[in-house]
Amino acid sequence: MNKADSLQGSLDLLVLKILSRRSRLHGYAIMSAIQDISEEVLRTEEGSLYPALHRMEEAGWVRAEWIIKDNGRRARLYQLTAAGRKQLVTEESRWHAVTAAVNRVLRMA
Amino acid sequence: MSLWSRIANVFRADRLSREIDEELQSHLAEAAEQGRDPAEARRALGSALRLREESRDVRLIVWLDSLRADAVFGWRQLMKNKLVSAAAILSLALGIGACTSAFRLIDALLFRPLPVTHPEQLYELARTGIDPEGRIGTFDGWAYPDFQQMRAAARGEAELIAISYSQQTDITYGSDQYMEKVYLQYVSGWMFSSFGLRPTLGRLLSESDDLKPRAHPYAVLSYDYWKRRFGEDPKVIGRTFRMGNDLYEVVGVGPKRFTGTEPGTIIDIFVPTMMHPGAVRPDWTWMRTLARVNPGVPLELLRARLDATSRAFEEDRAKGFLGMTKKEINEILNHPLIMEPAASGASDMQSDYRTSLAALGVLVALVLLIACANVANLMTAQAAARAREMALRVSIGAGRWRLVRLVLVESAWLAFLAAALGGLFAWWSAPVVVGMINPPDDPARLVLPADWRVVGFGLALTVGVMLLFGLAPALRASAVQPVSALKGGQDPHSRRRLMHALIAVQTAFCFLVLFVAGLFVATFQRLSNRPTGFSADRLLTLDTVARRPQAQVYWNQTLQHLRELPGVESVALANSPLMAGWSWNNSVSVAGAPPNGVLSYFMSVSPGWVETMKIPLIAGRDFRPSDTYPGMALVNQTFAKKYFNGDNPVGKSFDMLFYNGKSAHFEVVGLVGDVCYRDVHEAILPQAYYPFQSRDSKNALELKGQDQGTFIVRTAGANPLAMASILRREVPRAWPEFRVSNIRTQIEIDQSHTVRERLLARLAFFFGVVALLLAGVGLYGVLDYSVLQRRREVAIRMALGARAGHIARRVTADVYSMVVAGALAGLALGFASVRYIESLLYQVRPTDPRMLALPALTILAAALVAGLPPVIRAVRIDPAAILRAE
Repeated sequence: MNKADSLQGSLDLLVLKILSRRSRLHGYAIMSAIQDISEEVLRTEEGSLYPALHRMEEAGWVRAEWIIKDNGRRARLYQLTAAGRKQLVTEESRWHAVTAAVNRVLRMA
Repeated sequence: MSLWSRIANVFRADRLSREIDEELQSHLAEAAEQGRDPAEARRALGSALRLREESRDVRLIVWLDSLRADAVFGWRQLMKNKLVSAAAILSLALGIGACTSAFRLIDALLFRPLPVTHPEQLYELARTGIDPEGRIGTFDGWAYPDFQQMRAAARGEAELIAISYSQQTDITYGSDQYMEKVYLQYVSGWMFSSFGLRPTLGRLLSESDDLKPRAHPYAVLSYDYWKRRFGEDPKVIGRTFRMGNDLYEVVGVGPKRFTGTEPGTIIDIFVPTMMHPGAVRPDWTWMRTLARVNPGVPLELLRARLDATSRAFEEDRAKGFLGMTKKEINEILNHPLIMEPAASGASDMQSDYRTSLAALGVLVALVLLIACANVANLMTAQAAARAREMALRVSIGAGRWRLVRLVLVESAWLAFLAAALGGLFAWWSAPVVVGMINPPDDPARLVLPADWRVVGFGLALTVGVMLLFGLAPALRASAVQPVSALKGGQDPHSRRRLMHALIAVQTAFCFLVLFVAGLFVATFQRLSNRPTGFSADRLLTLDTVARRPQAQVYWNQTLQHLRELPGVESVALANSPLMAGWSWNNSVSVAGAPPNGVLSYFMSVSPGWVETMKIPLIAGRDFRPSDTYPGMALVNQTFAKKYFNGDNPVGKSFDMLFYNGKSAHFEVVGLVGDVCYRDVHEAILPQAYYPFQSRDSKNALELKGQDQGTFIVRTAGANPLAMASILRREVPRAWPEFRVSNIRTQIEIDQSHTVRERLLARLAFFFGVVALLLAGVGLYGVLDYSVLQRRREVAIRMALGARAGHIARRVTADVYSMVVAGALAGLALGFASVRYIESLLYQVRPTDPRMLALPALTILAAALVAGLPPVIRAVRIDPAAILRAE
């Protein structure tokens, strides 16, 4: 659907990966997780996270539900679906293929 | 699921936006909890509005959402001007409804295939010829022996099916006192299997039920009759009913949707053709012939073969014609056979109403077009008022297509609201029109299903109408030039040109509708006012039957009994009421000379009939009780003219010639006035009356009994129907063998001939009024708009000293010249179209100046009335106020 080397492609991959490890996260938590794990190297543009999440929800890769948090505020939690898991595998292998190719170019050139 | 949720999201878009906002809010709250600066977090998140739009667009179907937005916007536009919108919707609804209704009728009567297998293989056999008035006509009646020969000739290529003209018949179940009227049809036994029909109950007729004359008294009920009369009682199989002297057994019930082959009549009972008394008569044409042609058979060859067979039959029969020249016989024979497609069956109603319904269809289509023109003008005017809004939309990036859609959606609102109302109108009106078609005692019954054909037509019509009135304004609105529109200076004349053209079109159509309506109304008036030669006031006709012939003495005894009843002025007896459809003609020979080719029409009447009918006795005397058939006759003036050169015929004699070579001799005892014999449309026919009392043809000394006759009663009271129930009771009281099978007033019978003209006149008049009203409203709207648009110009002219008359001319000149142009175009259209409806007119000449003046004057008056308010408004403009406002 998206080109493997586009920013969106990598954002989708990151979100899917995070959600495959830790289920039921809200948007802010997903963003924080990406930042923490990448040790602040990958800072997603916060705004583009939500359209991406909604698009993935529409595509059926993630499922969302509203919950009421302890502080009484509502939050929208996301979790991976079976289709999302499949998509993750595809995206991951595509990512590996692209990075391997880029690495080859870097080594050989 | 995804597509469905996206469609669903379109209709809960507000909630969707709220949810997205809430999620973004919770993001910010979370950030604040983590100790981030709220302002920084908000900056990092970016524009909430942009994010919301972006998220929304992935979660719903964008075009559907904008369509929804357009629909909501369009609805608001309609509600802004409720009165105008309602008027537009109502006029469109009337147009759409009337058109759909007309389609329902036309489809049900003329186009809907019969519910049989392969209806497209069905053809009807008919003969063409020139009728006495010189018009080409077709005649579809056949004699049964002729049919049998043709069927044998077509074997292997086509199956021929005999189907009698449906007739109302008296039958009794059980007691003879309870007589019922049913629509009965004699059909070939093999009709059902050839049509591929299956019984609902019991069995249908088959070929073996149709072999020997009078040997198969079996009947099949139609589903409709079984349901109405017997409440779907399965025990009806095996029941018997009496018709005439025969006892019939019900053997089955037909399939649900099959109502016979005559659209306009729903048959109750089918019996075999062999039970018809005419089954062996070569001179009695009482049935239609349908042919189911096998696939691949060349039609022309088949037709030629049938034509040759039928001609040979007629030639054989013509050998028995006496005293006719070869030329006359050839004229009778020279009626080529034709085969016409009959997928939708064949009925008199089809041939009677084909042109009428087409004419009405065109009238209502014109009314719809007038309504469309009105709405188009309305939309154009509104588009003009919204030019700035459109320009603004274009400047902030709306696409042209989007603007077209915006205006079209508004049109769609109008069209579909109108279609919904129009659907109701069509649902109600089509049966009402069918109800107007026939006289009350013989109602037309037409199956009018509202299925996909009708709904599809309605939808197509609605979309067509929407494009017709909406597309031009929509394209025009979308072509707005923002720069000039926002400056407020678009060329106002371009809009007006379109509106003026539509005014001309409207006027032309309105003229045409009024012109045709005028012709129909005049036709009806002339027919209704045509003298019939007798007085129908207070006349009641009692069709009376007996199971077997009754001697003359009992008929006389009953006459006498009825005469003595209070409230009865006079009573007479005839074999049928005048103008009731019955006719009998024969050649006449005067003084042994060969007949002169003019047929004479006959009727049997009792002494006193002439006086009861108030027909003037010009010379000689009325019948006496001792007069008999054959023997004495009364003749009318036309008879005297045609056979006796206009001399006084009293005392002279003539012979009535029969097909089998026999003849009957008559002496003329009286000359009476001319009357309409059969149909008010016809010219007066030569008629002769002979006594009801007749001698036996075998033993001339014996009087012959009669099994049916009609008592003609002139009542003293103004309302003859008040006596109907008394008379119905008194006839069997006078002689118990008699039963009254039908009571009608003579006025009712007379009016039944003008049913079609009355229907056309009424509906055309109604639509004429509607057309005039719509055109008037349209004219008013355009004038009003143009005054509004030109108020600055008018104000300047007034400020410079123009007079009121000058202003009035100035604002109306364009529009009124369009009205005149339209009226002239309408006149041309009228002349061009009149030949299509000529067969519906009676003694009305379309070129009659009065027929032209009427629509012209009406339109002129309507135009003046419609123009008055805008003109008043124009001359009352206060130049100071307008110019200051500018």
